[in-house]
Amino acid sequence: MESILGWIADNQQMIYIVILMIFVGIEVIGHVPSVLHTPLMSGANAIHGVVIIGAIIVMGKADPHNYVALILGFLAVVVGTLNVVGGFVVTDRMLEMFKGKGKKQNTSSK
Amino acid sequence: MEVSILTLCYLVGSVTFIIGLKMLSNPASARNGNLLAAAGMGIAIIGTIFLYEEDGKKLGNYPWIFGGILIGGIIGTLSAKKVKMTAMPEMVSMFNGMGGACAALISAVEFDHLFQTHRGAESAWLFDFVAGGHYLTIIAGAIIGSVSFAGSMIAWGKLSGKIKDMSFRGQHIVNLLVLLLVLATAAFTYQSNVQSANIPFYITVGLALVYGILFVMPIGGADMPVVISLLNSFTGVAAACGGFLYNNKVMLTGGILVGAAGTLLTILMCKAMNRSLKNVLIGSFGGSSAAGAAGVKKDQGSYKEITLSDTAVVMSYANKVLIVPGYGLAVAQAQHACHELEKLLESKGVEVKYAIHPVAGRMPGHMNVLLAEADVSYDKLMEMEQANDEFPTTDVVLILGANDVVNPAAKTDPSSPIYGMPILDVELAKNVIVNKRSMKPGYAGIENDLFFQPKTSMLFGDAKKVLQDLIGEIKNL
Repeated sequence: MESILGWIADNQQMIYIVILMIFVGIEVIGHVPSVLHTPLMSGANAIHGVVIIGAIIVMGKADPHNYVALILGFLAVVVGTLNVVGGFVVTDRMLEMFKGKGKKQNTSSK
Repeated sequence: MEVSILTLCYLVGSVTFIIGLKMLSNPASARNGNLLAAAGMGIAIIGTIFLYEEDGKKLGNYPWIFGGILIGGIIGTLSAKKVKMTAMPEMVSMFNGMGGACAALISAVEFDHLFQTHRGAESAWLFDFVAGGHYLTIIAGAIIGSVSFAGSMIAWGKLSGKIKDMSFRGQHIVNLLVLLLVLATAAFTYQSNVQSANIPFYITVGLALVYGILFVMPIGGADMPVVISLLNSFTGVAAACGGFLYNNKVMLTGGILVGAAGTLLTILMCKAMNRSLKNVLIGSFGGSSAAGAAGVKKDQGSYKEITLSDTAVVMSYANKVLIVPGYGLAVAQAQHACHELEKLLESKGVEVKYAIHPVAGRMPGHMNVLLAEADVSYDKLMEMEQANDEFPTTDVVLILGANDVVNPAAKTDPSSPIYGMPILDVELAKNVIVNKRSMKPGYAGIENDLFFQPKTSMLFGDAKKVLQDLIGEIKNL
């Protein structure tokens, strides 16, 4: 019990961020039209790819002789990058389809 | 100095995520929002690689880091560029799973690090060495990441048709037991001997993977978007655990932001289908229980077919035609043919519009994206409420591979699994022409009374081929 309380005290800044971010997250997408549900999900998917930063830190800290940590860390960097890069590119491709929206004519011939 | 630049990088990253997400929820700014968030991500990543230091020590192993980023970047870009529009939903699920795996791997490495540091101690318990909060973030990241990874892979398999729905009697109880077991082994790991603590840890991860599979397995394919959105928010929370672990603000903001927004988005998606999240997760849309209850097949009467030339005549002499696209259009990649038909009919003075159900296709917005790809003008796309006002004055409704979203059972049959879902009231129009490949039921696995109504005619065949032939027929009139 004491350790939990101590941990809360040590991390109070972080806990504040968590609580505020929950409200920001809800507020920010509160009025999204259903057309954008899929691209928004895909964009959010790319954003949680920020976990790659943890992978980079793990990788960078790993002892060069600890092969378990090196291999797991390397895998983490690969899949994390997949999440970030793939996520943003897929979202961009989806949204590309919306271009010219609202305009009467569309010049692209794709 | 360098560390404070890194702090600035993270601050910029966090702000771009928030603004990016905000812009993503508005059609006009969505694309720039995505690019903005990507730029912020780039700054945060580059900053981490070159500026991060811990106890005055910089990161090492650069070849491994750059190697990983290069491989991941190339595979990610290629697969995201190559994927067909119809396969986008499963691609999102796949990338989401990768994020979950990343979070789980980070936790595994961190746990391994703790284990290696303390294993030398003579018979002591893990909790003697590791603070509860620290252990909690590691194990939470491992569990949530694993569930998200396994679940996303199953969702990916289902959407791409590789995995069939599967459920067995009492599965919800089994699922619950597995989940409790995960929590129990997680607690046990913390209480266990430091020399062998890695064994219960890996068992916990293994059980979390099993739970992820069992969790998604019974849920029907039509509900996968909701599940992916939910798993998406899970991964966000797993990423936030990493933020706690490294006291890293950008991971924390990004993760929690997605966790919160993803949860709300999941609920919004459910609302669009007029169903509750609980209903989606436990109700098993189209699962055996629902189908079993309605197992007695009603005698539906017979349906009538219509020939292409009749269709051509009916459509070209109509005043107003509404097209209802569905998954069949996406599968057949018929959006360009559809646009061509629209132009041809308009040149004959027929008013053509599209009625888009919010969950037509496999994901919300799926149809809008497809039709936009074929350069269909945006103001021709009507949302459901708008379209329902127009059906009474419509001469011909052409349904292209949609089924459940026009099933009147959603209104009339309380025993139907889709009862209560708002639908497009196509039967108010004078004529309904349904293009389908066969009489097979739609994704929810239920019969559609609409097809047997006197106003309805069936036009069987692949949507693209049928549309092309139809265009030919109309031109020949």
